[in-house]
Amino acid sequence: MANYKMHVLVCGGTGCKTSESDMIAHNLRSALAQHGLSDEVQVVMSGCFGFCEKGPIVKVLPDNIFYVSVKPADATTIVEEHIIKGRPVQHLLYNDPVTGEKITESRKMDFYQQQYRIALRNCGFIDPENIDEAIARDAYQALGKVLTQMTPQEVIDIIKRSGLRGRGGAGFPTGLKWEIASKVPGDEKYVVCNADEGDPGAFMDRSILEGDPHSVLEAMAICGYCIGASQGLIYIRAEYPLAIERLKIAIKQAREYGLLGNNIMGTGFNFDISLCYGAGAFVCGEETALIHSMEGHRGEPTFKPPFPAEKGYKGKPTNVNNVETFANVPAIILNGAEWFASIGTEKSKGTKVFALAGKINNVGLIEVPMGTKLRTVINDIGGGIKNNKKFKAVQIGGPSGGFLTEKHLDTPIDYDSLTEAGSMMGSGGMIVMDESDCMVAMAKFYLDFTVEESCGKCAPCRIGNKRLDEILAKITEGKGTEEDLALLRNLGQVIKDTSLCMLGGSSPNPVLSTLEHFYDEYLAHVRDHRCPAGQCKALVHYYIDPEQCVGCTACARACPVNAIAGERKKPHVIDQLICIKCGTCVEKCKFNAVLVQ
Amino acid sequence: MTKVKTLDDLIRLRDELRTKLELREKGEHPEQLIQVKVAMATCGIASGAKEVMDYFIDELPKRNIAAVVTQTGCMGYCYAEPTIEVTLPGKEPVVFGYVNKEKADEIIEKYLKAGELVDGIIPQTFKKPN
Repeated sequence: MANYKMHVLVCGGTGCKTSESDMIAHNLRSALAQHGLSDEVQVVMSGCFGFCEKGPIVKVLPDNIFYVSVKPADATTIVEEHIIKGRPVQHLLYNDPVTGEKITESRKMDFYQQQYRIALRNCGFIDPENIDEAIARDAYQALGKVLTQMTPQEVIDIIKRSGLRGRGGAGFPTGLKWEIASKVPGDEKYVVCNADEGDPGAFMDRSILEGDPHSVLEAMAICGYCIGASQGLIYIRAEYPLAIERLKIAIKQAREYGLLGNNIMGTGFNFDISLCYGAGAFVCGEETALIHSMEGHRGEPTFKPPFPAEKGYKGKPTNVNNVETFANVPAIILNGAEWFASIGTEKSKGTKVFALAGKINNVGLIEVPMGTKLRTVINDIGGGIKNNKKFKAVQIGGPSGGFLTEKHLDTPIDYDSLTEAGSMMGSGGMIVMDESDCMVAMAKFYLDFTVEESCGKCAPCRIGNKRLDEILAKITEGKGTEEDLALLRNLGQVIKDTSLCMLGGSSPNPVLSTLEHFYDEYLAHVRDHRCPAGQCKALVHYYIDPEQCVGCTACARACPVNAIAGERKKPHVIDQLICIKCGTCVEKCKFNAVLVQ
Repeated sequence: MTKVKTLDDLIRLRDELRTKLELREKGEHPEQLIQVKVAMATCGIASGAKEVMDYFIDELPKRNIAAVVTQTGCMGYCYAEPTIEVTLPGKEPVVFGYVNKEKADEIIEKYLKAGELVDGIIPQTFKKPN
């Protein structure tokens, strides 16, 4: 066996793979082979490092050098300079945006310093396609401990005491959920993993499945032992091909090792897991809809009770948990309930994974202790707003959540504080908006999503949301009235109160929370027919300030519809009838002469 | 095919596999461990730095010393190659010259294990920015 002196980890998450990280690994391997170093340096495709903004990421150990924005062509340089000569490649190091200095080690970056990784403990550390690496990091130890030394009730008690709550959004206590499912009599029960991550901009669950699939498989088996199930199902959307591939490999390897299947570790406990593909409908993240979809029916929710714990998949008692919830379980069993409960706030224990996206410098995947302030996440970990613009709002919880503003920045991130502030934890999408984003348009964006994704079963959601969307469209076109604002609020409340499931029940949240926090912006749209952020096309006009324009013709040449005319070195003019308000001229102008009003 | 038949099997397997990832675990906190840097520029390699590095990598685990062995570039002491730089936790780095396997053995036994200095230290004659 090769005795490796160095390990080179290449990010194999979906994001970095899109930027050719496969090629980087391939080039690294061939450069190493060329120099006769194949037996000395191991190249590993790992899961997501989280720092997607600067992907693809390559990390060299044990030197602990962290390379960002690596291109396939850089592979030879890394091998020849760093690996052979021991000189870190300067131009691939991360530049600290504050001090301007090069940072060699990831743990010295602001992005990683405030993070605490439990669910992501192995992401970006192990090769997810190699069960040996997972086992070396304690995978299946918790399952072994549970099967040989604990009764199901003891395990449930640990999970209850740990304070773990569902990471899918609603935050139901996981231990209690298991206990209910365990008490329902039945000789055939099911453990379901909800991997139907549907929020726009969210990729937490995908990254866990891609980076550390065994953590989820192990936890499902533990859950099976607790509730008395021998069959597990992972409901995953077909649009996650890499996660599916890695899950398949992980399940196959676990079966070969005897960690799934019959008589696991000689204890007589049987448990196996299969995959079930979803077509990517948002509503199927709702557990009753998910179960119907698994059964081959339409993905529509049904009224609860009966809860899945009593009557779930095929009418049998079923326990449904989200990917991230499961990923926490083995760590809790091994480190103890008290350890987990010591992290976080009074009612929200442990950590939460967030997918940071939007107008933020460090787009990526992060895991922070519950109770971390929004400000820390956005300014320190996220590195602040892109292009030095002003922070305007952050949207948490996807289409079901609400917008939080400047005044909420000191809100600790936990289930109850976020709900109190008018948003919700949700599954962990966090989208940041800056001053150039129009809140009415943002609310409409999310509502468009809900209208598209509504299953259409109940009237409030099917018809109500459509009407809400129409009113918003009217406002963004400058045809809205003040009465419309009252109507939005009223209708939104009715939809919330009367919808069948939480998709409808939470769909007006983006509208209601923007009405609450950005009423002025709505008023400007309906009263002055003006969009303060300059985003609503129907309400803005582009014109050139003759004082500022030097007649460089840059805008005229870039205009896709030839709406700009003027002589060289003389002020130009935009023909309002032709202008399509695309904003290209603003980008091209070096003299700030193009104004938007 | 490895079949895990009992929990003990799994624990044994984990302990076996752990060494494969040790390098990565150590890399996360190098300052808590002994760090050995072997100068592996052309001059060093020509003088046998590669063999010395292999020797450290093979010997340290055998002698139960937790250390990180990495390579570095030319330190400028080409006359004294192979050179190595050893940093004990909390101490200033020390550079040794003319390190062959025998010298390496002596450094491991005396300096790494007991903190006792041995002959062959090259005094630091230059300053580095910060």
